[in-house]
Amino acid sequence: MFEIINKLTRTFGPSGNEGNVAVLISEMLKGKVDEIKTDALGNLICIKKGSGKKIMLAAHMDEIGVIVSYIDDKGFLRFGGVGGINPFVILGQRVVFENGTVGVIWYEENIDNIKNIKLEKMYIDIGAKSVKEAEELVNVGDMAVFEAGTVLQNGRIISKAMDNRIGCAILIKMALNEPKTDNEIYYVFTVQEEVGLRGARTAAFGIVPDMALAVDVTTTGDTPECKPMSVSIGNGPTIKIKDRSVIAHPEIKDRLIKCAKEENIPHQFEILMQGGTDAGSIHTTAGGIPSGGVSIPTRNIHNTAEIVDMKDVENAVKLLEAFVH
Amino acid sequence: MECGELLKKLSDIRAVTGRENMATEKIAELFREYCDDVYVDAFYNVIGIKKGQAEKPCNVLVTAHYDEIGLIVTGIEDSGFLRFSAAGGVDAKAIGAMEVTVHGKEDLFGVIGVKPPHLISPEDKDKGIKMEDMRIDIGFGGEKAKELVSIGDMVSFNSPARELMNNRVAGKSMDNRSGVAALIEILKELQRLKHDDNVYVVATVQEELGLIGAICATYNIKADLGIVIDVCHGDMPDAPSDEAFPLGKGVAVAIGPIISRKHTKECMKLAKEENIPYQIDPEAGDTGTEAAVHAVAREGIPVILLSIPSKYMHTTVEMVSVNDVVSTGKLAARYIAGRAKE
Amino acid sequence: MKEALSNLKKLTALDGVSGEEKPVRDYIVSKIKDYVDDYYVDNLGNLITYKRGAGNGPKVMLDAHMDEIGLMVTQINSDGLLKFRTIGGIEARVLVGKRVRIGENGVPGVIGLKPLHLQSPKERGGTVDKKQLTIDIGAKDREQAESKIEIGDLAAFEYDPVEFGDNKLMAKALDDRVGCAVLIELLKHNYESDIYGCFTVQEEIGLKGAKTATFQVKPDLALILEGTTCYDVPDTKEYGMSTICGGGPALTIMDRSVITDKELVKHITDTAKVHGIPYQFKRTISGGTNAGRIQAGGTGVKVAIIALPCRYIHSPVSVMDIDDFENMIKLSKKVLETLPVSITLYREQGGKVNV
Repeated sequence: MFEIINKLTRTFGPSGNEGNVAVLISEMLKGKVDEIKTDALGNLICIKKGSGKKIMLAAHMDEIGVIVSYIDDKGFLRFGGVGGINPFVILGQRVVFENGTVGVIWYEENIDNIKNIKLEKMYIDIGAKSVKEAEELVNVGDMAVFEAGTVLQNGRIISKAMDNRIGCAILIKMALNEPKTDNEIYYVFTVQEEVGLRGARTAAFGIVPDMALAVDVTTTGDTPECKPMSVSIGNGPTIKIKDRSVIAHPEIKDRLIKCAKEENIPHQFEILMQGGTDAGSIHTTAGGIPSGGVSIPTRNIHNTAEIVDMKDVENAVKLLEAFVH
Repeated sequence: MECGELLKKLSDIRAVTGRENMATEKIAELFREYCDDVYVDAFYNVIGIKKGQAEKPCNVLVTAHYDEIGLIVTGIEDSGFLRFSAAGGVDAKAIGAMEVTVHGKEDLFGVIGVKPPHLISPEDKDKGIKMEDMRIDIGFGGEKAKELVSIGDMVSFNSPARELMNNRVAGKSMDNRSGVAALIEILKELQRLKHDDNVYVVATVQEELGLIGAICATYNIKADLGIVIDVCHGDMPDAPSDEAFPLGKGVAVAIGPIISRKHTKECMKLAKEENIPYQIDPEAGDTGTEAAVHAVAREGIPVILLSIPSKYMHTTVEMVSVNDVVSTGKLAARYIAGRAKE
Repeated sequence: MKEALSNLKKLTALDGVSGEEKPVRDYIVSKIKDYVDDYYVDNLGNLITYKRGAGNGPKVMLDAHMDEIGLMVTQINSDGLLKFRTIGGIEARVLVGKRVRIGENGVPGVIGLKPLHLQSPKERGGTVDKKQLTIDIGAKDREQAESKIEIGDLAAFEYDPVEFGDNKLMAKALDDRVGCAVLIELLKHNYESDIYGCFTVQEEIGLKGAKTATFQVKPDLALILEGTTCYDVPDTKEYGMSTICGGGPALTIMDRSVITDKELVKHITDTAKVHGIPYQFKRTISGGTNAGRIQAGGTGVKVAIIALPCRYIHSPVSVMDIDDFENMIKLSKKVLETLPVSITLYREQGGKVNV
């Protein structure tokens, strides 16, 4: 499992540039599913045929990043955020472009109060001596992601892009396990979730499943002096009740709870106050698709080092296998 | 049932947004009396059909949402107190010392506690209170509370509807049970009128979470005309006078870019002819109502937005005039039936 | 005990905002008249009852106030809305979204708030301004409102009592119908001492009734039966909780109005220990009670307070523990029964008398 995760997190794939991830996943699943296809937006759809209900499982491939908006005379890059980027988090971080170019993010130091820092006051330094030198490596419109390794330690994984390669890894693991079921399973690796749940909508419209689950990450309430939330890492995957984009369909939620109880899988309930998931766009598509979600409790989401517990990941696979059964 | 009674009954029904399945059957029951067919879709929209007499009838889709704002349990303390957050736009300032029902394993009575003035320090007097600092007291210790309540359970407010002067009614869910009452007024009126078109009345879900029910309904029912019934702000002190409408002066008929100008004009003309009181509601944006969904559903549905003025929206004492509900129903029904004459 | 609880519920359902305590008083009279030797209503509206003792005990005053917090209509606006002021301490946000009944006829009204949608960002995160709130009875203009309402009419919250949870009771006006219900119960029994049961008025606007009652009764000692603050909710430091709901009746050592009599308080705690009745000391010194007035009456009165912890006091949804209520009755009764043998008195002449 860690090997799958490690490969996924090290692959470049900010929103709109998920191609490398899609290639990696399709190689992993070749022969394990009946059909693999890609749609116009770049969603990777892997189908395990069946005669029962059509169940869509969605995990987004994209990760947050930055996009170059301007290169100045001296070769410094101005940039914007791709997805939810917090200026404090990226300050001083290394970023890497698809071609391997590395840069570091810094800020205009004459700022009155660091509290007021905004992305407009920051830049990427790739060590270029001139605009010409910079443009040989990077173009306006190029995206970069955090450069950070993936580590397994104390049974927990520390990595960038855990949001949401961990969801991808869970679906991959599940597909490799080839769970027994009559239902038709759509393992959908979606694009552009971080910029507005975009890929999932078109994927769902194409499939029109009977029900759908988004497999993603959720915040936790188990770190020092954090906002209260009844979710901790290591206590099991969460069954989504509500987030900003969706309230889980009661039948989906109840089915997940029933599966978890019957199979004795540890689980928690998730009410996510900030952020949404692919379920948000799936459930309003094509006249309404009953949807819900299973999430991995994750610390420091949208940070360069997000932390999940391996046990939660394994239990999520079990829970999903029970769900599609 | 007389409209005032019906309105009180509807307001007292509990259907917290996203968990309307707790009330679906009650709404369906009310529709059955007047409809040829009633069914519930996968999202718990309640759909009543009244068939038209034309050989090739058009479809008129009338929606009014039946979900209400409420709270959702986010945590259970070891002491038995419940943490919560909002389901829909709840004003933290407006829910202190409120009676509630926690929809746990069983319905549990509870109150939202407030600190007594004696214990509030002077420096805290002027501080706003956040929802995350409030608790629901269900009177049980932690063990029992955890047995009866789980995270994600919904909470509704206890605020039985009351009749006031001038045929006005105040209660927790005039937004938008008054719209649902108007749907039933439409059905009653159509019993007496001949109409060519098929009429779909839909009590929709999850409006307060982002018009979700209407998105589903407008996709599934192919409509030629849409009518949305919701509430607008009633006139009250401190409210901008061009965004708030007096109670008892009739239904507010919206005019604006997403609204069908043709149908709205005809509708107003009809109101004048039939002496049905109405007011004009200028809506510069997408209205924030289900009309925004109708307008862009499928190939686009020409839509009329009729609003019932309601004071104190999103508090537990939302107030409407029964007369306005009746006139809304009358105008919509006559407009639907009148289309037969064309 | 069943009857005591039923009395309490009926009492909380009655309206008796300070100055208009009559409905409460009438109910109490109907419940006590067969048990007392004499009763009368004084000029302020206090109901003073007398019960002759069997022996030569101290003259005891029992106090419970009948009045409750509420609102007073101060102006009828041209749009038919009623401006009001609060009677007693009520937080503004407790008023929002509540049902009230106004005046003798109980005209129904509600208190709304400008919708979230129309609030400015500053208003959204802020507090409610009491001055902006009005009562809405549905009237469309001043003239119509005036047909039902007069300026000066009092309004009470319209909330019925509910038993819920683990032996809990939610009601408005627990402060101090609890004391009234306990006092009714105490008057049903006979004691060695002469007992003056005083159901007083206007406590919430500054301990008014207790002053005239004490002047008339001239007691040796007084027991004040109250509903008191309780805030045993999470995130409150234990010392700030005031009292614990379900922790037994609460005894006050000191509040803003009084330092209670050491000897009398010791008598109460001794009694509680002997009979295995739970009790607690109030941990905060906030709030005032009639004890302050009574203690200062005449040449001074020994006072103690036995109070019932009420969560969310001064709101229409106060919550108490029914066991606490029963223990409060038990404890007060035992305290009265054992009084004569154990208390030092200072009579009017100033001398020390051992009884």
